[in-house]
Amino acid sequence: MAIYDWTHKIKNVAMLILCNHLFIKQFGMKKTFFTLFTLIILYACGNQNSHSSTTPDNNTSTTAENPSYDPQRGEGKFSNIQVPATIDEKLVAEGNKVFTVKCSACHKLTEEKLVGPGWKGVTGRHKAEWIMNFVTNTDAMINKDPKVQAQLEICLVRMPNQNISDDEAKNVYEFMRKNDSKK
Amino acid sequence: MKIHNINKHLLVAFTLFATFTSCKPKNSSDTISSDAASKVYVAPGHYDEFYNFVSGGFSGQLSTYGLPSGRLLKVIPVFSVDPEKGYGYSEETKPMLNTSHGFIPWDDLHHVQLSKTNGDYDGKWVFGNANNTPRVARIDLKTFRTAEIIELPNSAGNHSSPFITENTEYVVAGTRFSVPPDNTIGDIPINTYKKNFKGTLSFISVKKDDGDMKIAFQIQCPGFNFDLSRAGKGVSHGWFFFSCYNTEQANTLLEVNASQKDKDFILAVNWKKAEEYLKAGKGKKQSVRYAHNKYSEKTHTATSEMMNEVIVLDSKELKDLCYFIPCPKSPHGCDVSPTGEYIVGSGKLAAVIPVFGYEKMLKAIQAKDYIGEFEGIPVLKYESVLYGEVKKPGLGPLHTEFDNKGNAYTSFFVSSEVVKWNIKDLKVLDRAPTYYSVGHLCVAGGDSKNPNGKYLVAYNKITKDRYLPTGPELSQSAQLYDISGDKMKLILDFPTIGEPHYAQIAPADLIKNNSTKFFKIDENTNKYVSKGESNTKVVRNGKEVHVYMTAIRSHFSPDNIEGIKMGDDVYFHVTNLEQDWDVPHGFGIKGAANAELLIMPGETQTLKWTPDRVGIVPIYCTDFCSALHQEMQGYVRVSPAGSNVPLTFSLGTNIPKPDAEK
Repeated sequence: MAIYDWTHKIKNVAMLILCNHLFIKQFGMKKTFFTLFTLIILYACGNQNSHSSTTPDNNTSTTAENPSYDPQRGEGKFSNIQVPATIDEKLVAEGNKVFTVKCSACHKLTEEKLVGPGWKGVTGRHKAEWIMNFVTNTDAMINKDPKVQAQLEICLVRMPNQNISDDEAKNVYEFMRKNDSKK
Repeated sequence: MKIHNINKHLLVAFTLFATFTSCKPKNSSDTISSDAASKVYVAPGHYDEFYNFVSGGFSGQLSTYGLPSGRLLKVIPVFSVDPEKGYGYSEETKPMLNTSHGFIPWDDLHHVQLSKTNGDYDGKWVFGNANNTPRVARIDLKTFRTAEIIELPNSAGNHSSPFITENTEYVVAGTRFSVPPDNTIGDIPINTYKKNFKGTLSFISVKKDDGDMKIAFQIQCPGFNFDLSRAGKGVSHGWFFFSCYNTEQANTLLEVNASQKDKDFILAVNWKKAEEYLKAGKGKKQSVRYAHNKYSEKTHTATSEMMNEVIVLDSKELKDLCYFIPCPKSPHGCDVSPTGEYIVGSGKLAAVIPVFGYEKMLKAIQAKDYIGEFEGIPVLKYESVLYGEVKKPGLGPLHTEFDNKGNAYTSFFVSSEVVKWNIKDLKVLDRAPTYYSVGHLCVAGGDSKNPNGKYLVAYNKITKDRYLPTGPELSQSAQLYDISGDKMKLILDFPTIGEPHYAQIAPADLIKNNSTKFFKIDENTNKYVSKGESNTKVVRNGKEVHVYMTAIRSHFSPDNIEGIKMGDDVYFHVTNLEQDWDVPHGFGIKGAANAELLIMPGETQTLKWTPDRVGIVPIYCTDFCSALHQEMQGYVRVSPAGSNVPLTFSLGTNIPKPDAEK
């Protein structure tokens, strides 16, 4: 269950480069060598850290420590999803198939919690992009997202990464919308 | 006084030094370099540089180690059942161990060969041979599981196997124990060996894309012991070389009777010629029986097909197919240099290592430089084929592999050492002791066209004091040597499973990125798959009960089953619904005269269970899967044979309803 958090590393480096830039501006070129040196050392350390994190770390970094994390959007490929007014029944049917095989063992369509929370009302609790990011980028979000971490304290089972494809995520979301539209 | 004192001190120091040096224990402590630890240290969380595929010998399995750390990564079940993985116990895997003798739970896996393209490892498959009930297995390196096993007719003691040609055109299998061919009457006096016993060489073709194996042809040879073999490569591509002993054709007390002659043979086979004969219809169809078993990663099920025919080429009748090269004293190893120019014979009882020249062999054949023939096969003149001899190399040479600098490394059983020598000038360059009595050895890429030459592993037959004592039986010891410099340096000991014979070392990069992480559930076409909990059910078919069950963190569906009766055979078809790496679920049931199932994500596996008593029988997940793994359990109710308890199943809700709610 190895997770290589490359994005984390890239972010660290980007921040260091930014710092370096500001440093040069403030203190002039004299300090550049020193800063570059620091940068190299820090980069090397960062590199080592990301290599050795071969198990999912229970790093409960909150949004305060991680200002770039958007708890409304979550983390993953999806952002700014425009949800149309009508429901696409074709997608719902596909989403139902995914639900049956990959989700239904742990989630009910009512509000009742089974292994994980019931799906009734889920599209009201989370934005579309958050849901799609969570089902496609599960482990990363379990490690970062405050809402997921709060849920983990209740359920105690990490939601399995079910290798949901991007299309499957869209279909499942439509299936959830349909489920929420029922009275 | 002062001077006297100093002298005294010096004397003490000298005495101490002398004592230490003279009492130095005769073990490896003096041969280990101070930087050995750093050379084999692979920090936690980091990967090894090489995979090491090591035969499990009499365990029947294949083990995989990381090098240079010597960490055991996986034991792959091949020819023996493995209750840990349900291999040979689940209904899906049982056909893998089917043979013409029926189901066989054990064998002796001797040698290991990686598939090759252009003479180098291609990382697709690894092959292993069963020595006892002759078979060859193909293990898929995407899944690290046995994908195919083919049985060999007309064979016994499949030892010179599963050596491979440079593009994996063929995997060969030469019989060590010659026997009467399968289509003859075997009920004959044993002492008619010379007349009736034959040695058979099988050439198994391997399909390029999917690895499918087929016995393309067999060559019937005189009744010798065919011991080891290697394919020609580069210039000698198209030939195969087999070492033979017991050319005396003894059938009793071989220890003495098969060690009579000064020279036995290396058999050179022109397999391109064999292909021509085959095409020209010179092969004879022979009625035989052998099993061909394949495992599908789509149905997650093995099938066993009984085959009934092979084509046999006769070495006696077909000219230019086979030649004998005399080789001193019961040759064992028969190894071909990276360029394919030299063939190294290792007479187990010989005092020299003869090195034969491929071009010299061709010239000798052309000039008909024969000293006679044996059962129709020309015997070439030793001196005409010989490139040279390595003089005084050691005692009991067995196997030779090669580095990338023109050197050869030969294992010596009797003198317990690895000897490095130069292929061109045949001079001995270095010796390193082994602890103890090395059998096989393996250099990274050491049998390929482009050896890596960084590491050598010696697989020792005797362990004695190398590890903490564990009673009369000790695991066998492997020893890792750094061979990158002029001198071989012993840097690590590590224990192995069974008795390791041959092994292969391949760069991790060739294999690791192709590793399957899970099976896609959408592609699962097992007959009894449950794609989702809503498809789980329990179905009675006479005395057979089929439980279509799913497993996901952390429950089975269904987990309460009633209405099973004595006399039923219950089949649990468990589908693992997980779709992530490294999340297998296990399945165990109390009192099952069977094993567990270990079901990979996306896979379906079946355990057969015959209840032996009335009562409540628990089931549970055996492989820790989540924080609520301990909750992953269920119950099965077994009723007497004539009972009218209805067949019901449930998860979460009690079915049937508790009495209070009725």
